[in-house]
Order: sequence, then C-alpha cells, then structure tokens
Amino acid sequence: MSDIAAPAALPASRQPPVRMTGPLAWLRENLFSSWWSTAVTLALAYLLIRYALGFVDWAFVNAIWSVPTGANGLPDTSSCRNNPGGACWAVITEKHRFILFGTYPFDEHWRPMLVCALFVGLYIVSAMRRFWNWRIVPIWLVTLSLIGVLMWGGVFGLTYVPQERWGGLPITLILATFGLAFAFPLAILVALGRRSKLPAIKAICVLYVELIRGVPLISLLFMASVMFPLFLPEGMNIDKLLRAQIAIILFAGAYLAEVVRGGLQALPKGQYEAADALGLSYWKKTLLIVLPQALRLVIPPLVNTFIGFFKDTSLVLIIGIFDLLTAGKTAIIEPQWQGFGVEVYVVLGIIYFIFCFAMSKYSAGLEAEFNRHRRR
Amino acid sequence: MQPILRHLTAATAVALGLATALPAAAQAPAPAQAPAAAAPANTLDAIRARGTLICGVNTGLAGFALPDSQGVWRGFDVDYCRAVAIALFNDANRVRFVPTTAQVRFTALQSGEVDMLSRNTTWTFSRDTSLGFDFTGINFYDGQGFMVKRSLGVQNARQLDGATICVQPGTTTEQNLADWARGNRINIRPVVIERLEDNIAAYNAGRCDAYTTDVSGLAAIRAVQSNPNDHVILPDVISKEPLGPLVRHGDQRFADLLRWIHFGLLTAEEFGITSQNVQQALANDPRPEVQRLLGRTGDLGRMLGVDNAWMANIIRGLGNYAEIFDRNLTPIGLQRGRNALWTQPGGLQYSPPFR
Repeated sequence: MSDIAAPAALPASRQPPVRMTGPLAWLRENLFSSWWSTAVTLALAYLLIRYALGFVDWAFVNAIWSVPTGANGLPDTSSCRNNPGGACWAVITEKHRFILFGTYPFDEHWRPMLVCALFVGLYIVSAMRRFWNWRIVPIWLVTLSLIGVLMWGGVFGLTYVPQERWGGLPITLILATFGLAFAFPLAILVALGRRSKLPAIKAICVLYVELIRGVPLISLLFMASVMFPLFLPEGMNIDKLLRAQIAIILFAGAYLAEVVRGGLQALPKGQYEAADALGLSYWKKTLLIVLPQALRLVIPPLVNTFIGFFKDTSLVLIIGIFDLLTAGKTAIIEPQWQGFGVEVYVVLGIIYFIFCFAMSKYSAGLEAEFNRHRRR
Repeated sequence: MQPILRHLTAATAVALGLATALPAAAQAPAPAQAPAAAAPANTLDAIRARGTLICGVNTGLAGFALPDSQGVWRGFDVDYCRAVAIALFNDANRVRFVPTTAQVRFTALQSGEVDMLSRNTTWTFSRDTSLGFDFTGINFYDGQGFMVKRSLGVQNARQLDGATICVQPGTTTEQNLADWARGNRINIRPVVIERLEDNIAAYNAGRCDAYTTDVSGLAAIRAVQSNPNDHVILPDVISKEPLGPLVRHGDQRFADLLRWIHFGLLTAEEFGITSQNVQQALANDPRPEVQRLLGRTGDLGRMLGVDNAWMANIIRGLGNYAEIFDRNLTPIGLQRGRNALWTQPGGLQYSPPFR
C-alpha cells in the first residue's frame, strides 16, 4: 500500500509568469533591463519616430508628384521650389525614362527595358542550382546575343543604335555582368598561376596583380579612354564602352584573383596530397578537388568584391559614358530641375540597393547551403 | 559533395567558355564602328563616306549641350553640330553626339573618335598650336566672373579683399582666380569644392562670400535661385574665355565649313533672315549678299564643297545666330552682351562678307 495517494485531479496547468516569457518579457529584458538601457531606448525611440515622421512627411505627405507645363513649354517647377518641406517627385515623373535609359532613342525604349528584364532573368536562372550544368552555357550565349541584338539593332527591322546613345541602367548591368563574367575565370587562372611552380607563369601573374592593384580604377579608365586610343593607328577606333569594359575586367580580375588565392591557401595541404595520391592530373585535381572547396570558402569575400564592382561601374562617368548614376546626375542639370538632387539620388540609391541586396541575400543562402556539413 | 563539384566545375567552364566566345559576339553587330582601317586623309571625306557627323559635346551643361527628358541632345553647341550635318547632308539628325568630359575631350578629337568638338572649349594659344587643333571661330565670348549676395553690398571684384570664394577644381577657373588675386594684390581665401551643386549649396549657406566661374555659368545658377534679385554678378570679368568649335590640324576644308557656318548664321542675323522668312528671302530678297548667302546666285556653297543651298537649309532648320541664342541661352538667363552683333554697342560678333 502506498502512502502516496493519487491526486483526485491534476491541478489546472498555469501559464508561465507573464514577466518571464512573451513579448513583454522580451521588451523588459532587451530594452528596459536597467535605468540606463531604458534611457537609451527612450531616446532612440524618440529620434527614430521623429525622423521617420519627418521622412514620411517629406516623401509622401508634402510631396509633389507632378508639375504643370509653364508658358514657355518647359515644366514649371515653381510649386516645387515653394515647397521646401516636401519632396519633388515630379523630377522623377519627368525624367525617369532618361535616368533609366539615357539618350537611347525615346521611341525605342522598349528595347533597353527588355534588355534589363533579360539581365534580371539571366541572373535568376543562373542563381538556380537546377541550371548549374551544361545548359547554362547556351542560356548565357543566347541571352547575351539577344541583348546585343536588342541594344545595337540593325537587324530584324530594328533600327541601328550606336553605342554612344546607350545609357542608364542597361549600361550599368552590361558593365557589371560582362565585367564579372569575364573577370571571374580570369581571376581563377591568375590565382592558380600565382601558386604555380613554373617561375615564368608565376612572375606574370604576380606582376599583373600587383600592377593593377597598384593603381586606382579611375586611372585605368583614363588610360583606357585617353592614352590607349593614341597608340592605335589613326582612323581605327575601339568602342569607348568596350575599352572601359576591358579596364573593368582587368581591374576586377586582379582583385578577385587575390580573393580566390585566399581560398586556395586556406585549403589543407592534405587535400592536395590526397588528390596526388589518387593519381589525378593537375587539371583534374584543380577542377575536382581544389577549386570546389576553395571557392566555397571564399563566397563572402567574393560577393563583397562583386557588390563593390557593381557600384564601381559608376566611375565610367569620368570618361563620358552615361551609366545609371551619370544619367541621374545629368537629369538634374537642366535649370528648372536644379536643386532636386536628393529625390533623384534617393531613387538611384533604391535601384542600386535592390541589386546589391539581392546579391547579398543570395550569397548568404548559398553559403549556408554549401557549408552545411561544417555546421555543428 | 559530388553534385556540388560538378556544379562548380560547370560554372567555371561556362565562365571560361564565355571568355572566349563573347568578344566575337560583342563585336559582331557593330557595322558602323571603325569603317575603314586605313586613315582617311580628309575628315570631310570620311564623314561623307560614313554618312554621319560625329560631334564631341559636353556631357551635360545647361544651355550648351544637354539631353532633354526624351534623351534628345539640345543646346547651343549641339545646334552647331546639327548645322554642320545640315550643310553636309541636309538632315539635322545625321549626327552622332559623343559626350566627352573635360579630361578626355582632346584625346577624343586627336584619336579621331570624334570629327569635331563643339564643347564650350576655350580657344587658347597652346591648344591651337602644340595640341594640334584648329579653332574655327568664336561662337560665344565668355569670361570668368563673380556672383555675390546683394546684401553683401559689394560693387566690384576688387572689394572682395579677404573674402572666401567658392571655386571648382580642375579647370582653368581655379588658376585664373589665383592669378587674378596675385596680380591685383588681393587676399582671397578659395574654398575648393568638387561638385557644382555642393558649391552652390556652400555659397547659399554662407560658407563663401562669392562664387566664381564663367559668367555664362553664373547666369544659369542665378536664374534658378529662389530669388535671383538677391544675387549680383559683378561687372568685372577676370579672364577671356572665347569658346568655339575646333577640328584637328590639317582639316582646313572642314575648318572652313565650320567657320563659314558660324559667319553665315551671323550674316543671316545681320540681314534679318530668320527661319520664318528664309523661304521668302530666297524667292525675292533683292540684296545681293543675301542672294549669295542663300545660294540663289553665285557658287559659294560649291566653293566649300557643299550644296549651294547650305545656309538656306541651316537657317530653315535652326534659325540664325540670334534664334539659336534665344532658344538655348536666353532661357538660362544669359544676355547677348558681348555676343551681340558688332552693330550693337559692345557687340563683338562680326562676320566677313559673303562674296
């Protein structure tokens, strides 16, 4: 017989104390744990709300979305000028097509628009693991040829558009995409070359990386656009965009090479030895054992460099190419739109942010997936 | 592990494949690029063979060269390019505009990337001689000046002793300011700010007492201030900035064409020929010089190697000098000033006779 009598009924289960779990507890623990924390929270909340409200007022409540056409046929921006407390989004309404597509013929804007869509589609397809096989090669070749045909025209009844009329977002995407697509394989070769045992190859790769890294991108662009044409025979011209593109590829290649080399260095020696022990040739060893592991290690710095270069393409403004940023800057030179730079820069910032943030999120996902086996 | 390997190798292979395949693809659809490897001895012939003029312009300067909201180039310098296209092809659209920055403009012309520059470029000794260019005339007389707030009470530039002056770096503007201050024993404190917008913001915030750049630029800035009358452009002009189109040394016939287009525009203004009445003048203006200008009598066009109706076409399409000026520069607040015809007081624009 047991002393312990079974209770007649289980006691009603009680909620944990509200002060220990739940949102209130979280607030208490993280924001109001001490008088000092409370003070900081209150001060920051005050500032945040105040400036957020100020921004909402500026960007939405007091904003002017369009302006009438004045007597001289030009937009009359006086209503914007008399409204210092609000944004003048009319500048975007008026200029958005110029900012996005630059001096591309107005009636043909559907072509660069389609090109941007193709680029985004290409990025999405390339990001899908399903397409990481031979199929990606024709996809890239077809898409890029299509982009070339759309931009240049001259065939299939499309009017020919010379390169100097291209502008805006397509230029930025072209420079960034081609730049990184060419620089990345170049970088891998150079990184391998720097670790090569053949002295000539090693010297060339070291020289390339150190020379290119030793000068700023601006000076390379200047060299490509100012000095290089003087070396060519008279009457021969290489497209200005192509020259800038090559400068960007060379520059990005040197930086990416060092990133890739970091990955190669980080790989334990045992991996190389194991591959040698299996009797793999140099290229098999590199392609099957070394690079897959090394590249996986350097995803964060690679993406860091990619994002950096996406934005660095805006430096082509100094050689007179109308990329997205230059087109935005040019849009606010017209006297009636001078002084509305903030609105234009906010929009440009959002566009750049979308692309860079997408890259960053995608790489974070990739990194997590590739390094799953390392997580403990 | 295995799939990842395959994927990464595939990705690398793609990239490597692209590296070899793409330059060909990128080059293929560029028919009009680099038409002939052989250097055409004569730019004019090259332009004719190509069927388009390639004109170097500013990347964006209000009133002189700026793409509008639809991406169409407009401005004073742009109209000069269009005038050449009309003279050669009777089509204002057979011209490609290559935007050039201050740093690359001369190389672009030297290397043949552009046929001519119409890019508010100052005619100086060294540019005309050692850089190997030929300036074809002065279509705009500019000069560096100062803008101050009216409340400062400054009447002329010599009273700026001890003032802080905002200036953009890189151009001759900064050098002119230093030279002028030293020459006049005036003590100024320059504040060098890269971007125009930041300069204006600094000036408006009272960071500088004055802002200096070419008078044409000052007028454009003053015109968009919330109250233009609060700002004065001082009468002193501390430098000469004669602007005009230029071509390479050795392109004499092309230079002749540019030079006489400018003179033709001036002569048209002098004789009162406008885009409105050119048709009428062509038919029944009794003045011999007008008849020669418009190509009704004489062979002036053919002497230049263009159609005899060249000036009539240009005036019909773009107007005379006054109309080009009014359309582009008056809206940004510029007065004719020294760019008035020589028949006006203070005017310097003077054309040799058409005969």
